[in-house]
Amino acid sequence: MKTTEQLEAKLKRRSKAAKLEIWGRLISLTALMLIVAVVVAIIGFVASKGIATFTSNHVSLWDFLSGKSWNPGVNGANGKPEVGALPMIVGSFLITILSAIVATPFAIGTAVFMNEISPNKGAKILQPVTELLVGIPSVVYGFIGLSVVVPTTRAIFGGSGFGILSGTCVLFVMILPTVTSMSADALRAVPRYYREASLALGATQWQTIYKVVLRAATPGLMTAVVFGMARAFGEALAVQMVIGNAALMPNSLVSPSATLTSVLTTGIGNTVMGSLQNNALWSLALVLLFMSLVFNLIIRLIGRKGRLQ
Amino acid sequence: MFVNNDVKNAMAMEERHVIKLSDPDHPVILSTEDLHVYYGKKEALFEGDLEFASNQITALIGPSGSGKSTYLRSLNRMNDRIATVTGKIMYRGVDINQPSIDVYEMRRRVGMVFQRPNPFAKSIYDNIAFALRLRGVTGKHKLDEIVETSLKQAALWDQVKDDLNKSALALSGGQAQRLCIARAIAIKPDILLLDEPASALDPVSTGQLEDTLLSLKEHYTIIIVTHNMQQAARISEYTAFFNQGRVLEYDTTSHIFTNPSVQVTSDYVSGNFG
Ligand SMILES: Nc1ncnc2c1ncn2[C@@H]1O[C@H](COP(=O)(O)OP(=O)(O)O)[C@@H](O)[C@H]1O
Ligand SMILES: [Mg+2]
Repeated sequence: MKTTEQLEAKLKRRSKAAKLEIWGRLISLTALMLIVAVVVAIIGFVASKGIATFTSNHVSLWDFLSGKSWNPGVNGANGKPEVGALPMIVGSFLITILSAIVATPFAIGTAVFMNEISPNKGAKILQPVTELLVGIPSVVYGFIGLSVVVPTTRAIFGGSGFGILSGTCVLFVMILPTVTSMSADALRAVPRYYREASLALGATQWQTIYKVVLRAATPGLMTAVVFGMARAFGEALAVQMVIGNAALMPNSLVSPSATLTSVLTTGIGNTVMGSLQNNALWSLALVLLFMSLVFNLIIRLIGRKGRLQ
Repeated sequence: MFVNNDVKNAMAMEERHVIKLSDPDHPVILSTEDLHVYYGKKEALFEGDLEFASNQITALIGPSGSGKSTYLRSLNRMNDRIATVTGKIMYRGVDINQPSIDVYEMRRRVGMVFQRPNPFAKSIYDNIAFALRLRGVTGKHKLDEIVETSLKQAALWDQVKDDLNKSALALSGGQAQRLCIARAIAIKPDILLLDEPASALDPVSTGQLEDTLLSLKEHYTIIIVTHNMQQAARISEYTAFFNQGRVLEYDTTSHIFTNPSVQVTSDYVSGNFG
């Protein structure tokens, strides 16, 4: 009897490990709640400010999304303020899609080389180079764009050299490392036995890469590209330095234009809180936020589809 | 007394016993001469000098790490990028271990099935059509026909004939392994190499797989690595015993299992190993 009680007492006593466990849980839960609160607060803040354009300033959502002239301080011919965000929305999408289109083949090609053709060189040279490129601050990219890309564009196509084309060139270099290293991860995740099965059937290495490895890695590669697009869409500083910052519908790739981010960074310091000019910028920020949620959603959907396959 | 007898027996037995084949009905189709395999500096296979009889099943047995997979993978040059393989691999009179050999064409003739069933994440149909399409067979009718005969030969047709467009990843382990066999034989190889194809399967699937192999013997020369000695005894005509990177004994399966010439073989097949 005595021993049973002793045992029970011993088992029920909170050990040091058990106490530590409770503390650990408490700390991580607090950290989690804090992060959730911050995220919710940011979204709430941007949303409340962004919606003000439509609620307090009575701009219609349709005018905002489809209007082609952006001049929030001035009333247009119809007496309403000119807050057409279409030029910036088009600019952002154009620059994002173009840079993704240019970067994808380079990224996948490099990833294939690193992972399939010459893994040794890939690990020794390309891996550190990619990591280094990811770490370069965007202002450096913007500065190089301004002093190299813009003059080159000017020399070839005439005009000022500022515009979507220069922005695409800069963004291409900026997203390339991210897309490359994520593509390499996607290829690395393809099981080795797929490659062996293919080679044992008499497929050449190229056939194996093309028909088996890239096929199997498609969801991962798509995620890499969407990730790069999200990064391009949200990039502000470097783009702002080379795009020309004219809130006009881009009528060519080499005419000065603007993106959502570039208008935001150039404008937000020059407006008064609560004014229409300020609210309109918050609305642009809301569009950005919404788009980054969409990119996130796409990445998740691809991930889920990849798992189901 | 006992000890003495054992010692005498051991001394009477040879250290190594490898026969040469001479069955006119089943001529030698593949043989290795002085095959050595190195992983970097480490030698993993010291003596590979076996002959394989056409349309027969040859089993490679031996403890794990004895070099069976190393040897088997060298036969269709799957070790090319991993290891250095020296020596000759004579396939119908041609040394296929020369650098000038087109390994892709050679692998069409010497197919391989792996330990772990490894169907592609494609449909059953596309798995089998894969190697055919690589070789330019694209006619729907022709593909349909080969897919059907391959699946029939692999004894899988009846189970999947209505699900050809379903993902191969949904198949059970035994079915997936038979799909891999169907995929390998779709391009009509001469020789089929199998590396412990049943080790991931349950006993029923294993039995079915063995029946399949026995029926495939009619069309193909089969070389199978197995750690299952009963399996070797059940299905093979010849057996090679590997130990520590060497072929210690090679003879007919009945010889190996009833009257081995080498003491170590005797210990291994009777379960007194180690
Ligand atoms: N890819 C490899 N790299 C280096 N050593 C290997 C490799 N594959 C096998 N080996 C070594 O070669 C020896 C034989 O292995 P293996 O052929 O796989 O034996 P078995 O198939 O008979 O179990 C083992 O010592 C193993 O560690
Ligand atoms: Mg093995």
